Amino acid sequence: MDILGYDFMQRALLAAVLVGITAPAVGIYLVQRRQAIMGDGIGHVALTGVALGFLTGTNPVWTAVLVSALGAVAMELIRWYGKARGDLALAMLFYGGMAGGVLLINLSPNGSNANLTTYLFGSITTVSQGDVQAICLLAAFVMAITLGLRRQLFAVCQDEEFARVTGLPVRVLNLLLAITAAVTVTVAMRVVGLLLVSALMVVPVAAAQQATRGFAMTLAAAIGIGVIVTLSGTVYSFYVDVPPGASIVVLAIAVFGVITALAAPLARRRARRAELLAPREERCTLEVPGSRSPAGATAVSAPSSGSGFGSGSGSGSGPGFGSGDDVEVRPSG
Amino acid sequence: MEQPVISLSGASASLGARPVLRGIDLTVRRGEVVALLGANGSGKSTAVRAVVGQVPLTSGELELFGTPRRAFRDWARIGYVPQRTTAASGVPATVREVVSAGRLARTRLGLPRKADREAVRRALELVGMADRAGDSVNALSGGQHQRVLIARALAGEPELLIMDEPMAGVDQASQQVLADTLRQQVAGGTTVLLVLHELGPLEPLIDRAVVLRDGCVVHDGPPPKAVGQHALPGHDHVHPHADTASEPIRTGLLT
Repeated sequence: MDILGYDFMQRALLAAVLVGITAPAVGIYLVQRRQAIMGDGIGHVALTGVALGFLTGTNPVWTAVLVSALGAVAMELIRWYGKARGDLALAMLFYGGMAGGVLLINLSPNGSNANLTTYLFGSITTVSQGDVQAICLLAAFVMAITLGLRRQLFAVCQDEEFARVTGLPVRVLNLLLAITAAVTVTVAMRVVGLLLVSALMVVPVAAAQQATRGFAMTLAAAIGIGVIVTLSGTVYSFYVDVPPGASIVVLAIAVFGVITALAAPLARRRARRAELLAPREERCTLEVPGSRSPAGATAVSAPSSGSGFGSGSGSGSGPGFGSGDDVEVRPSG
Repeated sequence: MEQPVISLSGASASLGARPVLRGIDLTVRRGEVVALLGANGSGKSTAVRAVVGQVPLTSGELELFGTPRRAFRDWARIGYVPQRTTAASGVPATVREVVSAGRLARTRLGLPRKADREAVRRALELVGMADRAGDSVNALSGGQHQRVLIARALAGEPELLIMDEPMAGVDQASQQVLADTLRQQVAGGTTVLLVLHELGPLEPLIDRAVVLRDGCVVHDGPPPKAVGQHALPGHDHVHPHADTASEPIRTGLLT
């Protein structure tokens, strides 16, 4: 393996593995909470942090951690308090982060938009020794939170109100998750880039859940897929000179497609097995009386509505679930 | 006299600008089974959500187990069954994973021990879902899903069960399982406050009914008797009503 002979490639592959683990590990909670796009927003905000690093002459990884964590906390606060115009506030944060980044990079003495490009789409050749140390530290933090607190974070993301009533510190956990997502973005930005980091948080999870039934299995499978695509995408970028972010994300989407295609027959078989477990009559056996031939088309359109299933019976379609109010009250003494 | 388990006095609450509770009193004593009844929009769901601290009171007092709500920390004593939503979660989860979340009331930030896994297993058995523990909750019927949510509340071994519409969208077989489960809990000394659309199969269990209308208590006493065809055994109440019906509407189905 001549590819391992290069120092920069060793560093890049190590970073790739860490990204492959951490991005889906955080992403699964965001997907569960239907906030799949949050990573994208943090990525935009992190750009301002990167530019701030250039401006102040510090390692951009650390300034990006700081600024994106602030941005993620701001988003979480908007989610709490902002009700009606929350989406506008988020949009402001996204665009502000992007514009701030471009503004600051051009203000800094040795910066240009070209510097930003390596952060936007990732670059394996520029991962420095200092970057790798920072990435290892940050990845350890992300794994400790996302794997160590997985039961608690699962409960919060699955049913927040219930989690609050169990007495879990839901606000603290939500803030912790937001900060962890921000840290993950900065871990991943050197490899996949800020514009595509969100894809690596979401796509492996989406792929894994096509074939899994439980949360723990989905988490493990998503991490497995994440590591495979980041490693192979990075190697591909070594031989064919393309930004690693692009090859990694295209690969991840390909994996999603393959699993989806394979999972469909699997799901059908599972459904058939469930059918066998719950035996019921093959088809309706009740003979409906009065099978008269109607005179006009309108006569068949409405069979007696007397059976009266309420319009709100929904998927449950159980008894006692009409759309109206159903309580009989005799106001008595 | 012993402290009531729930004591809500003069409680008002608003959702947005709309007042939903307008000064209600609600007391639940240890071992009681109290049903909150009322039309849609009468404030019964808001009332239980206020009791579990999820809707802030604009005025009035709430005490849980004799402790003012602000100082109350002992959430493990309460098992909460929220209204079931049909929206599937973004990521699949197994029945056991969902029920285990209820045990976090006891384990908090710690790791689950053997006793915790036992409690989850017992809760699953109570609702007859032990054989589905490894299945995805998305594959369940409405009734089975409701049983899982109740098992989740029972996993924390609570002294007080608070349930919001546990019978909504639940098939007949599951209704029976739920009624049996509840009977066992009540026999074991659990206090229950539940929101109901109609008394249904739970009727024999209920000690007291509190009826809300437009955010006010209009009845607090023995459960109201069903009248007319609604009193027929096995009557499924599925037709829509007019909003302010104090008299049940008769559809004439059986007359």
